[in-house]
Formats: sequence, C-alpha cells, structure tokens
Amino acid sequence: MIQKDWWKYLSFLLLLYAVIGGFIVHVPDTMIRETMRNLFYHVGMWFGMFTMLITGFIYSLRYLKRFDEREDDRAVEAVNVGLMFGVLGIITGMTWANFTWGSPWVKDPKLNGAAVGIFIYLAYLILRGSIDDHHKRAKVGAVYNIFAFFLWIVFVLILPRLAGDSIHPGKDSPPVLPMHLDPSMRVVFYPAMLGWILLGFWIFSLRVRIRRIKMALENEHPT
Amino acid sequence: MLTGLKTLVGKEIRLELKQKYVLNGILLYLVSTVYVTYLAFEETITPETWNSLFWIILLFVAVNGISKSFLQESPARHLYYYTLASPQAIILAKILYNLLLMAILSGLTFVTFLLLMGDRVSNLPLFILTLSLGSLGLSAVLTMVAAIASRAGNNFSLMAILSFPIVLPLLATLMKVSRQALTGTGTPGLAGFLVILATIITGVIALAYLLFPYLWKD
Repeated sequence: MIQKDWWKYLSFLLLLYAVIGGFIVHVPDTMIRETMRNLFYHVGMWFGMFTMLITGFIYSLRYLKRFDEREDDRAVEAVNVGLMFGVLGIITGMTWANFTWGSPWVKDPKLNGAAVGIFIYLAYLILRGSIDDHHKRAKVGAVYNIFAFFLWIVFVLILPRLAGDSIHPGKDSPPVLPMHLDPSMRVVFYPAMLGWILLGFWIFSLRVRIRRIKMALENEHPT
Repeated sequence: MLTGLKTLVGKEIRLELKQKYVLNGILLYLVSTVYVTYLAFEETITPETWNSLFWIILLFVAVNGISKSFLQESPARHLYYYTLASPQAIILAKILYNLLLMAILSGLTFVTFLLLMGDRVSNLPLFILTLSLGSLGLSAVLTMVAAIASRAGNNFSLMAILSFPIVLPLLATLMKVSRQALTGTGTPGLAGFLVILATIITGVIALAYLLFPYLWKD
C-alpha cells in the first residue's frame, strides 16, 4: 500500500511543510510585505488548476482515440477538480487583492484569464448536463473540451504577455514586486507547488472512484 | 474535394435565398439593435465606447446568424449528406458560407454605425482588416460551437451559453486591435496581436477540420 500510495503521503507532508514553512520563512521586505506569503497558497491553486485542466484535455484526446468511457469519466473529473482549484484561486486572490489593491477585482489580463477559464469549463459541465445519452455526451464533451482548451491556452499564455499592462505580480511586472524569487522563499515555494499538484491528483483519483461506484450502483438498482 | 466544397457552399446560398425571411430577420435584428443603442446614448460617444458597442452588437448578431447553421435542415437530411460528402468538406463549406454571411453582417453593422453613431475610425485600413479577420474568426468559432450545440438537443439557449465564454479570447483580441484603429494611437504590440489573431483563426479551423468528423457520425 505504501509503495502504491507514496505520493499521497508525500503530498500531505509537502503541504504540511508549506503551511508551517510558509509562515516562518523569511520573505523580502517589498511593497506588499507579509502578504507575499500568499504566494505559497494562491499560486498553488493556479498550478493545480492548470495541471488538472491539461489532464482533462489529455483524457479527452484519449477518449476520442479509443471511445473508452473510463477515459471520459477521468476527463470530466479532472475538469471538476480544475474548477475547484480555479474557484479557490480566485477566492485567495480576491482576499489578497482587497488588502493590496484596495479592491477585490481589477481589470487585469491574469484575472481575466482565470475568470474566462472558469466560464469556459462551467459551460462544459452545462453542455454535458444537457445530453442524456452516455456515448453522445462523452463524445460531444470531448470535442468541446479539446476545442475550448486550445482557445483558453492562447488566451491565458499569450495575451497577458503582449498586453504588458498587468499589475498582477509575476514574471513580467516589476513595479509591484521583483519576482526573482528570493532564495529563502524558493525553499518553500517549489515543494508547496508539487504538494498542491499531487493533492489535485489525489482528489481526482478519489472522485473518479466515487463516480464509478455511483454508476455501478445505478446500474444495479435502476431508479 | 474542391468541387464538392463549391457545391456545398452553393447549396447553403440557395437554401438561404429560398428562406429569405431568416436572413431578413437577422438584418432587421441588426439594424434595430444598433438603433436601440443609438437611442440609449444621448450625447456623442467616445471612440472607446463606439468600439465596445460595435463588437458587442456584432457578437450578438453573429451568434444569431450562425446558430441556425445545423438546425435549418432535418437530421434525415444530414444523414443524406453524410452519404454524399466527407465531414471535412461539410464543416469547411459551413465555415466558408458563414464567412460570407458574416462579411455581409459586419459590413452592414459598420455602415449603420457610421450612419447613426458617427464616424470614429481614424485608421480605416486597419479597421477593415480587423473586421475581415473578425468575420473569419467569428465564423469559424461559432460554426464549430453551433455544430456542438446541435448535437445536444437543438436548443438556441445552449448556443448562446457555449459561445460567449469560448468566443471571449477571440473577441478580446479583436477589440484590442480595433481600439487602435479607432483611437489611432500606435502601440508597439500591434503586430503581436495580429499574430495572435492569425494563430487563433488557423488553430480553430484546424481543430474544426479534425474534430468535426466525431460530431458528424453518430
């Protein structure tokens, strides 16, 4: 069991380390002061969302290749977990922004990217909900997922870089914060990101199993 | 494939001309929407507002115009086409026909805007370029969304729900370029945005080409 589930223990340990270490590690004294510690948690949500949506995209591709419904179960649960991370990322970001920028929401390419991502994938769930037939739902869902993922990736990865007017901290916005990450923060940052991604896969695997049990029960006792 | 494409586009045009009320309905919708906006604004508007209104109206018009793409004909008729043409030819023909439709709709929106909201365009060639790229992009994205929505119970509201989030990346880029055409301020990022537009459009057409066969066969 330990051999198979080692990564779940690792995720737990890494996040425990991130929660404790994130509050005691030294952070450089910049304009945003101690709120910089949100980096270990808020950015983790973004990493988690991104990883899960890529996972969903890959499973949708695999579904269209072999039409195995288990791939579709995985695709939809990956999107569900990705959406959970997205919503948590927006909540942690808004809390931080309310203190730092004085307003929970500002017009910024990075915020728009996150919001559009959530809209696109909520529409994915609505599309699935509107189709009754299993095979058709899986197929149309996979096509939409692949199509939507491409548009969202272009929006998120390229547009903010070209717009150049982001006030959100990150690689390309020196005025707010020099994100040449302080070495002391890196010691917590990288393990924390790995921990969040592994936690995402953990929740994902649990949700896929719950989904299968529910479907098996439904097939046994059709209502 | 090329002659097949020509026949299919020709079929779409004849179908449209046979049911003229559909096209006339969209044209009336377009003009009256612009007129409502014209009445809603008392004083002259800034180029920025002009830009936002223009693209939002064009988006609504495009969604209305393209949503019928796969709903006009019965599933039995689709089955008949299935035996005649390849799915790739069908989707390309639909995109091409909708491009033609969008060219007419966007041109007309522009003319009514000039008439009612005043001429705010300072760089006309750039604006025409944006409008052409916009017609092609909206046609490609919305045709694909119409194909997806048509597989899910043929309802119009689903088309609107799906298309707005998914068209946002394209629309945001279009509005960015078009704002420069209106205000006339040269920004160094312009070439970059045009490259993004080209990337989105080619990507969407390529994906439509690859993915539509899965939607077409049951």
